[in-house]
Amino acid sequence: MSFDLNFIGVLIGAIMASSVPLILAASGELITERSGVLNLGVEGMMIIGAISGFALMVVTDNLFFAVIGSMLSGLVISLIFGLLTQSLLTNHVATGLALTIFGIGMSAMIGKNFVGIPGKEFPLLFVNFKESIPFLGPIFFGHSIILYFAFGLPFLTNYFLKKTKTGLIIRAVGDSPTSASNQGINVTLVRYSCILYGGAMCGLAGAYLSLIYTPQWIENMTGGRGWIALALVVFATWSPIKVLIGALIFGGITILQLHMQAIGLRIPVQLLSALPYIMTIIVLVVISRDSRKIKLNTPTSLGQIFYKEK
Amino acid sequence: MYKLFLRGLISVLFLLGLSINANADFKVGFVYVGPTGDHGWTYQHDEGRKAVEAAGIKTTYVESVPEGADAERVIRQLAQSGHDLIFTTSFGYMDPTNKVAKDFPNVKFEHATGYKREHSNVSTYSARFYEGRTLLGHMAGKMTKTNTIGYIASFPIPEVIRGINAMTLAAQKVNPDIKTKIVWVFTWYDPGKESEAAQALIDQGADVIMQHTDSTAPVQVAEKAGVWSFGQASDMQRFAPKSILTSIIDDWAPYYVERSIAARDGTWKQQDTWHGLKEGMVAMAPYNSAMGGDLVKEVEQLQKDLASGKVHSFTGPIYDQKGNILVAEGAVADDGMLAGMNVYVKGVEGDIPQ
Repeated sequence: MSFDLNFIGVLIGAIMASSVPLILAASGELITERSGVLNLGVEGMMIIGAISGFALMVVTDNLFFAVIGSMLSGLVISLIFGLLTQSLLTNHVATGLALTIFGIGMSAMIGKNFVGIPGKEFPLLFVNFKESIPFLGPIFFGHSIILYFAFGLPFLTNYFLKKTKTGLIIRAVGDSPTSASNQGINVTLVRYSCILYGGAMCGLAGAYLSLIYTPQWIENMTGGRGWIALALVVFATWSPIKVLIGALIFGGITILQLHMQAIGLRIPVQLLSALPYIMTIIVLVVISRDSRKIKLNTPTSLGQIFYKEK
Repeated sequence: MYKLFLRGLISVLFLLGLSINANADFKVGFVYVGPTGDHGWTYQHDEGRKAVEAAGIKTTYVESVPEGADAERVIRQLAQSGHDLIFTTSFGYMDPTNKVAKDFPNVKFEHATGYKREHSNVSTYSARFYEGRTLLGHMAGKMTKTNTIGYIASFPIPEVIRGINAMTLAAQKVNPDIKTKIVWVFTWYDPGKESEAAQALIDQGADVIMQHTDSTAPVQVAEKAGVWSFGQASDMQRFAPKSILTSIIDDWAPYYVERSIAARDGTWKQQDTWHGLKEGMVAMAPYNSAMGGDLVKEVEQLQKDLASGKVHSFTGPIYDQKGNILVAEGAVADDGMLAGMNVYVKGVEGDIPQ
């Protein structure tokens, strides 16, 4: 049992790596929801991103195309959701659920030919520093570029929503589409853009799983992470920074409970397995209990169909 | 108009389906719990189905059928649509299989890993995977330098516990200082979780990793970390060419072909099959030469002895964790004890989740 400082650094690095898909998917979904659209298709878009990324990697042998392709495929899938909910005004919840079912089935069908093919090594950055600097090295270095992007994303998202005009427009559309529309904002266009952005981020989250985290294709490999990302957005009360904290806690406790089992602590395994869910909810509820802030952040018109009369 | 057209289309398709089904050809149906692309349990069953097909017998399969009410519907559907023999390939199909069998006395049923044969047209079959675990234990005990073996376990059922015990007993025989560390992941496959579990075990000092879960993620983690590993259900060698010492392979094909031909020729009889290395239902992938020629020879000999019955995986004296005797010296565990195994043997760390 080695509990030296370097080992703790390695552990933190592993926790960060495991929370990347949650951060990406939740940050994307957060923008979608802030515009007033509830897309429950996160899991479906992630799995489509995972298979497209992996398939493109196999076919083109190029990781760059694979990553871009996974984002595009997430975007295309979310476009279906956009067409249905924004142009045909279908119910958000039902459409989102259908999207997840569709995504899982579709990915399995495409994936038939890609089962059992080993993945490709994804380049990691600053590997030298990881080895040479104790403790801090394994935390900050030796990760993929997508991880660095994922950890910057919540801060960018926060800045974008709070400080930019576009961010303000998105929030206005999410709070009161009617008023926004009266101000001359094209609500449908804004919502379409947010849906597509969310789709692209979910696609990227899926590609992280199939290209980097567990480089291979296996049916249903997202394993419910899309649903956790969705829950994170709500429990983080639509705040990007809290999404990041929540994702880290979830990833952290998931990995720590496995270590506790391996050490042989005599705690019931079922309790340990439930711990990530329980702790994440508790922490997020505690840090978000300011009801005034919740009101400020909650998109009031979430999930409501907006129809502009002509 | 639209609806009318759809209705027409559906009824035409239905009639078409019926007419195909009315075809008197001999047909074999398979019900799978997972997708055929899981590269584990269901994948191997489907390989068996393909062998039946190659033997010139028509087959059908339904994949990803949840255990429970849905299963009964699917099995009934297969029986109704003219299948003469139906393989139901998951433990949870046990009751539905027997229920449907009662209503279709002329159809033969084969249920995997179960024990209920309530009607004369139901057989059961399973494989002695634990014999493979004994071989893994022997290799693990010899190869480990840290004396720590990491074991990724799925669900606390006798099947999984039997594997942990068989492995630990064999490892202790060649290396008395061995410790088995177990992580329960409560899933048959979730590559992300399995790889995290593998990493946790490696971080805790395990230098041999084995799994009772179905994805190839753990062996890939082992390959990257430079520790030894074993493949599960099918040959996973190409996912971790350096790290994998061997894989336990479930080979259902000969059994499926034999039973299908028997059913076609009218010689099918009810039976309970529990086959192992001897019959080839459990097979080992080629041994990795990295463990040295001597050890490979040793393991090959042990494999032969297990197959011939000269060596049994559970030979006494076997003690439980508290030191109570489970199997007396010189005796071997009987099949009843093996089938219901629910305690760890001495040397395994931790408690079985209840």
